[in-house]
Amino acid sequence: MHYHFAVPGDDFARAGNASAEMKKILQRLGIPHAVVKRTAVAMYEAEINMVVHAGGGEADIDIGDDEITIVMRDSGPGIADLELAMQDGYSTAPELVRELGFGAGMGLPNMKRNADELTIDTAPGKGTTVTMRIRIPGAE
Amino acid sequence: MTIQDAAKAIEAEIVAGTERDGLDINSACGADLMSDVMAFVKDRVLLLTGLINIQVIRTAVLMDIEAVCFVRGKAPTEEMAEMARENGIVLLKTRLPLFLACGRLYEAGVREGGVRAIG
Repeated sequence: MHYHFAVPGDDFARAGNASAEMKKILQRLGIPHAVVKRTAVAMYEAEINMVVHAGGGEADIDIGDDEITIVMRDSGPGIADLELAMQDGYSTAPELVRELGFGAGMGLPNMKRNADELTIDTAPGKGTTVTMRIRIPGAE
Repeated sequence: MTIQDAAKAIEAEIVAGTERDGLDINSACGADLMSDVMAFVKDRVLLLTGLINIQVIRTAVLMDIEAVCFVRGKAPTEEMAEMARENGIVLLKTRLPLFLACGRLYEAGVREGGVRAIG
C-alpha cells in the first residue's frame, strides 16, 4: 500500500499533520503498537525538519508485509555536515524554532533511534531525501 | 494515582471537555522542548510543560501521552483543547512553576520519570 502526502512549508501549525494521519492509518491496519509509535515519531521528526529547514516537501510511505518505508523528499538547502547533524544536541535551527519547542538537535538522532534503517541523501543546494525503514516483527 | 488526584496535588484544574475517568498516572516528565520529549520519553507519562502551541498536543498524540499539564498559569488555546478532545488527551493547567509542580507530584507519590536509559 502506498500513501503520499504533500508537506506545506509555510505553516508550522500544520507540521505533523501527515504523521498524525499516517499513525491513524497504521492503527487501522492493525500494525503492532510499538511499530506504529516508532514510525509516527520518526516521520514526525522528519516532517518538522522539512518545515523548519526546507520549506516543506513530499512524503511517500509504503507499507509492505514485513516493513514500512518512509521517504521524505525536499528541495531545501541540504545538510552541509551530515556527521555533525547526526550528533545529539547539534542544531542549526533558528532561535524562533526553539521557542516553538523544537531545534534541540535531537531530530536526526531520533529518526535513527526509531528506524531500523536510515539513509540520508543530501548535498548543499540539492535538497535532502531521508529514507527510513521500519521492520514489522512477526511478519512472514 | 488517578489523574484527578494528580491534578489536586499540583493545584491544577482540568480543561473543560477533556475530563476522563480511569486514567492513572505513574510517571511524569517536565519539558519545554518537544524534541526532547520524543527523544527520551518512553512511558505514558503526564507531561508538564510551559510551552503553548499545537505541536505540544501533536507530540502527545504521536507519543501516546494521555495527559498534559500547562504550568506557570498558561492556558491552552481552543485549537489545542479541540485536538486534545478528539484524541482523548486530558489537559490540565496550574499556576505553579514547572519545578514546584514536579516537586509536588513527586511528593504525592509519582516517582517515575518515564524516560529511557540516558548516557
